[in-house]
Amino acid sequence: MSKEHIEEYIEAIYDIAGRDGVAKTTEIAEHLHNAPASVTEVFQRMKQKGLVRYESHKGVSLTAKGFKTAMRMKRKHRLLEVFLDKMLHLPHEKIHDQACKMEHTLSDETETALCKTLKGPAECPHGSPIPPCDLDVTNCQECLAEQTLELEKREKDIVSITSLKPGEKGKIAFIQGGKGVIQRLCDLGLTNRTSISIIRSAPMNGPIEICVRGCKLVIGRDIANKIFVHAEG
Amino acid sequence: MNIDLAVVLAGNANVGKSSIFNQLTGLGQIVGNWPGKTVEIAEGVLLHHGKHIKIIDLPGIYSLSTYSQEEIVSREYIALEHPDVVVNVVDATALERNLFFTLQLLEMRTPLVIALNLVDVAKKKGMIIDEERLQELLGAPVVPTIATKGVGVHEIIDEAIKQTAKQSSVYKNVIRYGSEIEQRIEKLERVLVGIDIGYPLRWTAIKLLEGDSEIVNKVGEKHPDVVVTANILAGEISEIHKEPCSNVIASERYAVAARIVKEIQTSKEPAKASMSERLDSLSMHSVWGYALMFTIMLSILMFMSLFGGWLSETLRNLFESVNPHITGLWPDLAWNGGVVGFYATLSVALGFILPFYLILGVLEDSGYLPKIAYLMDRPCHTIGLHGKACIPLLLGFGCNVPACVGCRIMETKRDRLITVFLSTLVPCSARTVVILGLVGAYVGVQWAIALYVVDFMLIFVIGKILNRILPGVSVGIIMEMPPYRLPSGKVVVKQAWNRFKPFLLTALPLIIIGSIIVEAMRITNVLFFVSSALSPVTVVWLGLPAFTGFLFIFGVIRKEAALVLLATTAGTLNIRSVMSPVQMIVFALVIMIYVPCVATIAALIRETGWKNATLIAFSEIGLAVLLGGIAFRLLSVFM
Repeated sequence: MSKEHIEEYIEAIYDIAGRDGVAKTTEIAEHLHNAPASVTEVFQRMKQKGLVRYESHKGVSLTAKGFKTAMRMKRKHRLLEVFLDKMLHLPHEKIHDQACKMEHTLSDETETALCKTLKGPAECPHGSPIPPCDLDVTNCQECLAEQTLELEKREKDIVSITSLKPGEKGKIAFIQGGKGVIQRLCDLGLTNRTSISIIRSAPMNGPIEICVRGCKLVIGRDIANKIFVHAEG
Repeated sequence: MNIDLAVVLAGNANVGKSSIFNQLTGLGQIVGNWPGKTVEIAEGVLLHHGKHIKIIDLPGIYSLSTYSQEEIVSREYIALEHPDVVVNVVDATALERNLFFTLQLLEMRTPLVIALNLVDVAKKKGMIIDEERLQELLGAPVVPTIATKGVGVHEIIDEAIKQTAKQSSVYKNVIRYGSEIEQRIEKLERVLVGIDIGYPLRWTAIKLLEGDSEIVNKVGEKHPDVVVTANILAGEISEIHKEPCSNVIASERYAVAARIVKEIQTSKEPAKASMSERLDSLSMHSVWGYALMFTIMLSILMFMSLFGGWLSETLRNLFESVNPHITGLWPDLAWNGGVVGFYATLSVALGFILPFYLILGVLEDSGYLPKIAYLMDRPCHTIGLHGKACIPLLLGFGCNVPACVGCRIMETKRDRLITVFLSTLVPCSARTVVILGLVGAYVGVQWAIALYVVDFMLIFVIGKILNRILPGVSVGIIMEMPPYRLPSGKVVVKQAWNRFKPFLLTALPLIIIGSIIVEAMRITNVLFFVSSALSPVTVVWLGLPAFTGFLFIFGVIRKEAALVLLATTAGTLNIRSVMSPVQMIVFALVIMIYVPCVATIAALIRETGWKNATLIAFSEIGLAVLLGGIAFRLLSVFM
């Protein structure tokens, strides 16, 4: 029985259970498109793991441990929905199913990073609340402040050459992009730790002219955006 | 002819390979101050002290790991044709980058001569180069040259002959990489023993570590296990350096190049900005750069229109003053066909084509073209291309054929296809003849300029559409910016002549024969039948005189012929009497857009294949007829 499988069951129980916290075996079977017999079998195993209370004929309910897992899954699911909606601009009708698939593989560490990147959202795109995390912080601001501090520190050090002004210099830190373009730039002398200076840039996000190893090169804005340097005075 | 020695000229773009080639062979390879002129291999033979020496000029190349199409040609030639000697032409003013390539040639163990070109410019810039020490460090002879003046070019050949004489010379490894890399090269060399793909063992090993796709494919065909081993070793290297293995190797090569330069070159930083730099800050300025560009373009157009108009007018007056009254079939054919044809061709050639080639030569030789690529990069993005595309498009103003071939400087197939299509829409000098010689001269310069504007708008719209249809995005511009230099009068004139010669040799006889045929057809009434067959399009839809149908057909062979033959076909030199201003504009518009001339179609087939060439030709015919008909109806309202 896979972890993903169990997580699906926990979520189903959480979604279906009534006020008393109990869900009927037949309802779960219907919801997950499984035969009641196999569903019962799964419940038995989950009971062994301490995730649910289960007695035949009475139905199934989550234990404290099970409930915690359910909240975690909901949190991951809804964070992913926000991510798919806000950052990737996926169509609304697709984000739920996609998030369902992704939530099981999302590590806790990634979940935290995602939450920070999304600046601690409170609700999913469908309006359901996102359960809080269990990190050792008093509120989201604290966590986010830490994040921006880190970002600022990094940005001060390494910048894209497009953010330098004419006359400014930098030493190449890294270049992002396709293999062909990186190879070409390397061949033209833009290897790591090479010093380059900005000569000028064309208006309206046009290309920029740089000087590297005594040669002048014109580089399109999209490529230049991905050349990062340690800025020098 | 027995060839005693084959010498290949190789090196970075725009370092003077073609200039050296021209000096040695006396041939007319196109030269100019911008990277990417040479896109095809050129060959010539030199007789040097009784020996026949084949000289091969290759497109510029920055590295043996290739990027664009024309560079693959160079690499394959160097690697697979096994030339007797490679002459590595090196730009003395940019030694570090140039030596990066030299080091790769040394790794390939090709017999090598270094031509240290542009030594005069380097000296002017305050660079002092210790040539002897460079020779020692590289283990290959170094010859200082000034290609444009022919200084040192024959010494290159002397050295090349000496190089081949000392067969099986022992090469030392100029580059020793870091021990972590050397260990893995050795390991790979041991695995590679017995596998011969025609390259030196060490070089093959290094290329495998770099992940060079061609070498990987070659070795992988029969020995996939070796490729796996190489991948593991390359992975280890990138693990140590935290960057891809090919970048690590490039960095090390550059480190060696930088070390050599530091040892052999001393340079004084010039106190003030050079003339070229000061010109740059004007011509590449965010506002003035564009203003200057438009002014230059517009002045060229105005000048050509006025000068060409004036010259053909003068020639016509001169001609009409001797107009004899002729009767009889043969004198009529000879005069109205032959002589009128000759006069008309001469006036378009001297009035429009030759002056334009001279201007183009100045633009090319001065180094202004790359600045246009820089200025126009952003606008080019809206049609899914990047600034480099401007260069073939500008060349298209001279002739569409070199423009189509020049599109090879575009890196991807998609970019190439779009640029090729658009370059066939650029009004070449032949079409300029029709636009300026007909509309400019008889209707008004403003209408001629309006036609250009329409054409540019069309290029923009077609570009937009192609950008939509063809999948993918442009990779973006990466281009070297050469400094300005004063155009050499000799080079400009020679270049213009080289471009003009084919016109005189093919177009002139063709048009004269054409006009004789037209005159004969006019006398025998055949012209009438051909023209009336096309009249549903020409007369009904386009509103043109029936005789233009024939001109459109002949125009496919040479577009300027359409104007030249206009006089013969209409049977009078006074075009105003047979065509209204609206008709002239519509006629020029259709000539401007409809199907490219045969030479261009041939180039299209070669560059893009039958399917695309047919598609381009037919869509342009459709467009021309459609727009011509619309223009006729619109203009008839106003004029």
